[in-house]
Amino acid sequence: MAQQTASTFADSYEEGRRPRSQNSSLLARFAFQGILILATLVALVPAYFMVISSFKTSNAYQLDKIGFPALITFDNYQQVLTEHPFFLWMGNSALISIGSVLLSTVVAGMAAFAIARMRFRGRDTLLALTTSLMAVPPVVMVVPLFVLFSQIKLLGTYPGVILIYSGLLAPFSVYLLVTFFRTIPTDLIEAALIDGSTSLGVLWRIILPLSGAPLGTLFIVNLLYVWNDLLIALLFLPDERLRTLMVGVSVFQGRFLQDIPLSMAGMALASLPMLIVYILFQRYFIRGLVAGAVKG
Amino acid sequence: MVRTKSYTPYLFVLPLVLLLILIFGYPIVKIFDFSFKRIRGIDGPNIGFDNYNALFSDPAFTEAIRHNLQLLLAVVPLLLVSLGIAIVLYERLRGWRWYRTLVFIPYIIAIPIVGVILKNMFQFNGPVNQILRSAGASVLAQDWLGDKNIALWTVMTMIVWRESAFGIILFVSRLLSLNEELTEAAQLDGANWWQRIRFVVLPQLRGVIEFYLVIGLITMAASVFAYVYIVPGKGGPANGTMVLELYIYNWGFEKHLPGIASAASVLLFVVAAVLMFILFRVRRRAAAEELG
Repeated sequence: MAQQTASTFADSYEEGRRPRSQNSSLLARFAFQGILILATLVALVPAYFMVISSFKTSNAYQLDKIGFPALITFDNYQQVLTEHPFFLWMGNSALISIGSVLLSTVVAGMAAFAIARMRFRGRDTLLALTTSLMAVPPVVMVVPLFVLFSQIKLLGTYPGVILIYSGLLAPFSVYLLVTFFRTIPTDLIEAALIDGSTSLGVLWRIILPLSGAPLGTLFIVNLLYVWNDLLIALLFLPDERLRTLMVGVSVFQGRFLQDIPLSMAGMALASLPMLIVYILFQRYFIRGLVAGAVKG
Repeated sequence: MVRTKSYTPYLFVLPLVLLLILIFGYPIVKIFDFSFKRIRGIDGPNIGFDNYNALFSDPAFTEAIRHNLQLLLAVVPLLLVSLGIAIVLYERLRGWRWYRTLVFIPYIIAIPIVGVILKNMFQFNGPVNQILRSAGASVLAQDWLGDKNIALWTVMTMIVWRESAFGIILFVSRLLSLNEELTEAAQLDGANWWQRIRFVVLPQLRGVIEFYLVIGLITMAASVFAYVYIVPGKGGPANGTMVLELYIYNWGFEKHLPGIASAASVLLFVVAAVLMFILFRVRRRAAAEELG
């Protein structure tokens, strides 16, 4: 039931169907149009600043910080690409994000299946405890985790950070998947069991193929979380070669506080991957985030 | 229900339980333990409430709390801006989908990146002040990030700017799922635009508004680390943007006193637990509203 409503909620994102404003006066429509244009400008000004500055020389920037560059230079991009390992950072971020999303989804998926579809002692307590962990800020855990990870030699390793991120993602993933799995008709599962499927077989052959939408939501919400995180990556991956994009960005900007055009070229490059994903999967992206927030 | 061998369900939940114990359970127990000890390396002698006393006599701690409280105020503009723009988008004027796509862009750019851009824009000799000066409003040109009394307000503006992008999308989705017969009936009865919004639309949004407010409070209390770390630079100037998260980070990893960091973590955990309790109540109401 809850799942059903949540999905009508998210689906309605697409259903702006007919224009509604026929009845407002011309003046009102002008005012509304004005508000929207203003809001859009305010939303885009930083991106505009980033892009135009990145094509200026340092001197040109000092002379004019707002306007278009009189002479477009690609030197900043060239320097960023040749002297700073942005692609390495992106690769590291991609590896960690995808690893964490996969691990948390597998762990959460198995548990959610048992919680939604099997009877066992402590089930409701487990679900309540798990979901209540969603609101615990990661910073609360970092001190003991740091001490523990340095003892068990997980500090500064990919498996270490992937474990942390998967743990942080798990409560929300379990919550979302339990809600969804409960909506799958029991008959389907019973029939498969009578045909001799094991529980794992049911999860793999019956449940998984039906779970495209919630898995898509999880993938996007969780990927964005890990990709954008600074705190965990900053603390648990001190090694330069293992840096994620966000840590790279923060170190890079600290080194070029004075050379703003260069800094902006770096930022433009760093924001490209997610912008591309947004443009390609825009519909899915917003729907996933909204569904995630409402359900999560 | 699936009937299986009695131990099967436990096998399915085992990985989750182990993972949660490692990442949440153990650390949460440990911060309580650490907070009563003088930790050197991995353990240390028991010192009673000394760490807590140290916290409360540290002016930076009081400042961090005050700053988090001040940031909580940001949920008001956050709500007004996102709700206002969402309602205008809901009019579905020509090109409204384009506007919706574009106003979401701040949320696509990661906080550290947004931080670097805005930090440069708000420098004393940056473009923001350049515009103010050329518009003849030099009086308004402030040292946005260098002045201890202004820096947190500047950061707050940045947070509102980015986070409202998400609020807009959330409210537009909720608005589009409303039953429009009610609004149309009100219109037939002669209600003007504002009356329709105020008395027909807004009451139906109550659940999602409360939900967004609580999310906003949690953000302001416990997820602004990346902003204050990047924008003014590690809580500066002179602790002017110090917040609890950064405070924990500093004691734990800059000054290497995990005991004090843990005491602060305990307090943040308690605050989060309270907010979490409220969130669950609010979400239940939001879900019920969906059904009704």
